[in-house]
Amino acid sequence: MRPSTVALGFLAALSAVCLLIFGLFFRSTAANEEKLQANRALVEKFGLTDLALFTEARYTRHPTQADLHSALQDHPGAFDHFPSGSLLPPPAILTQSHAHLAGKTTSPD
Amino acid sequence: MRIWLEKQRHLIDFTLASLARRKTKNIGLLLAYTLLVFVLASLTLFTHALRSEATFVLAGSPEVILQRMVAGRHDLIPPGYLDKIGRIRGVQKKEGRLWGYYYDPVLNANYTFMARPADEVADGYIMVGNALARERGLDKHNTISFRSYSGKLFTFEVSAVLSPDAELLSADLVLLSENDFRKFFEYPDGHYTDIALSVANPQEVRTVAAKLSSALPDSRPILREEVLRTYQSVFDWREGIILTVLSGAILAFVILAWEKASGLSAEEKREIGILKAIGWETGDVIRMKTWEGLLISLTAFLLGFIAAYVHVFHFGAAVFEPVLKGWSVLYPKFALVPAVDGLQIATLFFFTVFPYTAAVLVPIWRAAITDPDAVMR
Repeated sequence: MRPSTVALGFLAALSAVCLLIFGLFFRSTAANEEKLQANRALVEKFGLTDLALFTEARYTRHPTQADLHSALQDHPGAFDHFPSGSLLPPPAILTQSHAHLAGKTTSPD
Repeated sequence: MRIWLEKQRHLIDFTLASLARRKTKNIGLLLAYTLLVFVLASLTLFTHALRSEATFVLAGSPEVILQRMVAGRHDLIPPGYLDKIGRIRGVQKKEGRLWGYYYDPVLNANYTFMARPADEVADGYIMVGNALARERGLDKHNTISFRSYSGKLFTFEVSAVLSPDAELLSADLVLLSENDFRKFFEYPDGHYTDIALSVANPQEVRTVAAKLSSALPDSRPILREEVLRTYQSVFDWREGIILTVLSGAILAFVILAWEKASGLSAEEKREIGILKAIGWETGDVIRMKTWEGLLISLTAFLLGFIAAYVHVFHFGAAVFEPVLKGWSVLYPKFALVPAVDGLQIATLFFFTVFPYTAAVLVPIWRAAITDPDAVMR
């Protein structure tokens, strides 16, 4: 087989995969659509305003609702006071998993 | 047409043979190039998917949230405040919301407590977000106790755990009845945290906000469009920060590619001289080198983009997860719905494929128009 056939075939295959990716995106799967609609319905039902990404402080948990002028209140473009938005990894103690108690306790813990 | 195609294929055959003669160098370049596209495409895909998911779901948030400000701080809505809004035209529905934060020393994390009507959550019961349930090992019908800020212990039974698919929105959420909320936080009767307003006509939202500001000067209306804009800028900022960190690597690649593409080695010059001497035209030499640039840059771009797509949407952006997602004690686990922005990908294509291909051409053209004898010496 000629090298050009192999190279052009390989490029064609890669292009086909890329087109497939675009095709998949434009024909969003039913499961994805359902998930997005369910989440929007949840937002509407509970009147949510923010994503639950960073829970450390009110201005990281609810950046859209935080006070405008109080101390340590920043617009989204400013540096965070908590490392959640920065490039630092979390301290190991905070990410240790806890014992799973589901199904083991019925009394208050 | 057939002859032209056959000619191009011969040129590609020749180019590939020429590339194979400098195998290590070219494979190294291809790998570095692919890696750069992979990193940039991963970043673009992840940020765009998160941004579009946030925009889509938060489009369901209340049109206007009304907060009351006292000395520049968010304060409680006093009784009677809701009635004053009733007279503003265009407001379809108004609802006092009760929500607040609770610090749980067990997890060292903050939860968001939110009151819901009695028909959704009965007294003594709570509904919890999936991340909270996972971290505290909770399941339906389990009980959990929280010590309130006044020191009293409250015990609740979990009536439901919210869907894991909604973790991005409800990771730390605790939904409880209004009675329980008021007792737990010792919230004064008739007071609310803020007010959610529904405006029937989207065109009227700004007018309603202006009327609210003049009728209630101590209030701060937050519009839905501001909520969406905040998230756009949060993600833009994050993308910008990572691009800044990556700029060193991008510049290093630009130097590498420029050096490779523009500086011809003695061997390459000799090759061009020989080709010209045996009868190749300048146009043929340029066409051959264009194919070389295109083959390398197209392969790198396509491979890098596909790898980035698989990485972001099938492996949860595992390589850059801590940087792209950030972290938090109670961080939600979420799988993003694939979203590809054609314009961003086209921009990435333009800035990776074209400069390299163009950079290849200039020195080749210079070498190809000189006398073969001079080039070969």
